[in-house]
This record gives sequence, structure tokens and C-alpha cells, in this order.
Amino acid sequence: MLLRGCLAIYYREMLILRKKLFKQMASMSVGPILYMIAFGFGMGRDVQVQGRLYIEFLIPGLIAMNSMTQAYAIASEINIARFYWRIFEEFQAAPIRNMAYVTGEVLAGITRALLSVAVVIVIGLLSGVVLSYNPWFWLAIVLNGFLFSSLAVCLAMLVRSHADQALLTNFVITPMAFLGGTFFPVERMPQWAQNLLQFLPLTHAAHSIRSAAFGQPIEPGSYGLLAIMGTVLFVLAFYCVTQAKE
Amino acid sequence: MIRIQKLKKNYKNVAALKGIDLEVDGGELFAYLGPNGSGKTTTIKILTGLAKPSSGDATLHGFHIERDAMQAKRQCGLVPQTINLDHELTVFENLDLHGRLFHMSRGERMDRIDELLEYIEIADRRNSPVKQLSGGLKRRVMVARALMHSPRILFLDEPTVGLDPSIRRRIWSLIKRIQQAGTTIFLTTHYIEEAEFLAKRVAFLDEGRIVALDSPQNLMARLGVWALDRVTDGDMETAYFQSREEANRHINEQKGSFSLRRVNLEDVFIAIAGKRVL
Repeated sequence: MLLRGCLAIYYREMLILRKKLFKQMASMSVGPILYMIAFGFGMGRDVQVQGRLYIEFLIPGLIAMNSMTQAYAIASEINIARFYWRIFEEFQAAPIRNMAYVTGEVLAGITRALLSVAVVIVIGLLSGVVLSYNPWFWLAIVLNGFLFSSLAVCLAMLVRSHADQALLTNFVITPMAFLGGTFFPVERMPQWAQNLLQFLPLTHAAHSIRSAAFGQPIEPGSYGLLAIMGTVLFVLAFYCVTQAKE
Repeated sequence: MIRIQKLKKNYKNVAALKGIDLEVDGGELFAYLGPNGSGKTTTIKILTGLAKPSSGDATLHGFHIERDAMQAKRQCGLVPQTINLDHELTVFENLDLHGRLFHMSRGERMDRIDELLEYIEIADRRNSPVKQLSGGLKRRVMVARALMHSPRILFLDEPTVGLDPSIRRRIWSLIKRIQQAGTTIFLTTHYIEEAEFLAKRVAFLDEGRIVALDSPQNLMARLGVWALDRVTDGDMETAYFQSREEANRHINEQKGSFSLRRVNLEDVFIAIAGKRVL
């Protein structure tokens, strides 16, 4: 019963995604293209970071950032369904468990994250950047998607309007996108800032994705941390959905 | 069958339901009437699993709404007051999604969708995006969606609100057909004539309590057959009579502007609660 409910929710999100696929893909590529032009090409082809061309350093960061924003974007879809179309009531009146609802939405978030990664990889390939897309690379992306789509479900249930959701995005996602090791190595920051940034999940996601993409040894601690934080947020999402009933 | 016992619901400091006791028979078309804020929608939300009761019990065909929540949800279909179709999807996709949410197999879903689209006479709009449909068509799709998993009870919360009279009559006819097929219908409405036309029994709800419960005919018969409205100084007084002759005698004895009409359920509610349903 859990699986059927979860698949029904996932099916709905995929139907919506399929209908807007071209627009979504175009939207997913705007950010990475702009950042590549501004930071990648704008800084010149010769700039090196950690012994690699900056553009090579940047692509894994953009992958981490894009997968985060796209996984988190399901919060907007949930809000539109909840406050605008009121479809959330249809889900609540159906014989599906709250766990099935959360799992379906989180799976949809991970799917969006993977799609957005494919977009960045293609842009990277067109720019001549070829990285190692091994299982550790994909695992880091799935964990990143899992974490941020769980966070999205939590926050989508806590907010009271669509405007509140946009406000939360500004406070939670935007700082993470710029400070989580996307555009520069966290190691270049002052020690106190580095200590603080270790608490951001994107720091670990960007680091893990970059290490895997460069074929460097992976850090199991970062993977473990992403998995633990994701699981905590997933459980919280379940709790928030249960509370949202009232 | 719907059985409600001592049902209460509090929202912070507001008591929305103050102890509802009610039984609705299987296959009955029951109307639940009352002014805005009287607790109609709250009752439906509790019965369909959208809200939790503060206290009390309710069962749907023997399934407790909290202890057997999943089974209870399978018993009922809900047409809420606000149109809550997925506007991004087509008519077919909306019905298919509902079937999936109620764990229907692919074969069951396809057969039922074909059957329902014929039943509500919109087979030609099967692949139309919902956002392109008129208000009346959207309401019919909502009814079809609620019937998708063949519920034994259909909750209709203001199903004709905002529709023009001709479309409202089509929806009435659809509701009658559904009830005649054996489905229990629990209807809330602001339209008194809707309840009079459709329902076998009605309950009047006022400030979270049922203040009257009987057939429309019995409730109206308690007042009389004819209602005589008299407008005086901007105020309206209504007197009730068993016969037209009696009412005419009254007109001859009094001065003022009169209007004679048949007693309706609105009169009953005003007589009981001292206020209008609308």
C-alpha cells in the first residue's frame, strides 16, 4: 500500500514535469550557463584552482548547486498544489500514508536533481570539460537530492503562503549556493568561516561531487553526514505532513 | 451508513462543532444545512479524514474514521466546495491519478474512466486540459473523480455554488442518478430549493449544533402550508397558515403590503434559529 501511494504521488509529479519538460530543462540550464560565462570564462581560461582549470573546478560546484536548487524546487510545486489548486486535500482524503506522500515527493525531487545534473554535464561537455561520472559521483548527487527535497517538503508544510516560501528560499538556499564551495574552495576562507561552513550540507555535497568527478579519494564522512542529515530531514518532513492536516 | 456520536471540534478557542449526533442510512440522500460558519464543512472534513475531531466518534459503513482511517477513506468520495482539480492535467489524467491514489489496477482505472465519462456526458472532453473547461464541466469532472473508486458514500460540499440555474439543474439530475444507483449522499448546500428538491431528510445546523432533523415535508408542515410576508417600515414579518383562505382572511383584516407564497425550508430555519440560512 505504501508503494502504491508513493508511486501515485510520484506519477503526478512526473506528469507535471513531462508537460513542462522543455521549459524546465531550459530553466535548469540558465543558471549554469550564466555562472560559466560570468565566473568560468569571465575570469579567463588560465586561472587555476587546486591545480586545475577554474572551469573544471566550477562544473562540479554547479552540479552540486543545480541539484540542490532543483530538488528544493519541489517546495514550490507542493505549495502551488496546496495553496493554489488545493490538490493537497485530494491526497489527504485518499487512503495513502503520509510516509507514501513524503517518499513520492522526495523521489520527484531526486529525479529533478538528476535531470538538472544531466543539463550541467551537457553544458560542461560542450565547453570541453570531461569529468569522471563514476558511481560515487552519482551517489553524492542522489544524497544531495534526497536531503534538499526532504527539506523542501518540511518547509512547504510549515509555510502558510507562497510568499513565505520565497522568503525562506532567500534565507536558506541562496546563502548555501554561494558559500557551500560552489564557486571557490572553502579552504580559502578564514578558519572561523570554514568551521561554520562545515555545517552546510552543500559544502559536503560539493566536496564529494568534486572529489568523485576528479577521480580523487572520496571522504566517507561527507557521504555519511549527507545521509544522516537527509534521513533526519525526511523524518521531519513526515512529521510536518502529519501536522499539516490540521 | 454514516453514524456520528457526540462529535466535537475546537479550533483554538472556537468551538466549531459542539456535539453532533446523527445517523444517515445507506442509500439515503441527506442534506446538511446551515449558515456560513455553522460547522457543515468541518463535519465533512472530519468524516473524510481531512481534519481530526476533538472528541466523539464517527463510523462510515462500520469503519471508524480514526481507528480504521484507510478503510473509512475507501468508503467515501468527496466533492469539496472549492474546485481542486489538477489544472495542469487533462480530465483523463485527473481521474487516472485519483484511481492510482485509491490503489485501483490499470484495467479497473481504464474501464471506470470510460464508464464515468459516459455517465457524466463528457466523453468528448476526455483529453481536454482541465483549465480549458467551464465551471459546470469542472464540477461534473469533480463528481466523476469522487466516484472513480466506487465509494458507498458521496460527500458533496456545496456542489452547485456559483453555477447558473440551468447547469445547477443538470448537477441535481446527476446527483439523483447517483443516489438511485445506491450511493449514500451527504450534501451541504446554501440553496434551500436544492435540499427541498433532492433530500429525503435534512438537518439544520446552527453554531455547531443540529437544531432540527426531519424530512423537508415534515419540517415545513410544522409551520403550515402558506407563508404571508408583510413589509412594514423596512422590516419583514412572516405569518404561516394551513390554507390559502385563512391567509386571505388575514390580508383583509390587516393593512400593508403582502406577498403570499408556499412555506419553504428557509422559513423553517428562520423559525428555529431566528436567522436566515444565507
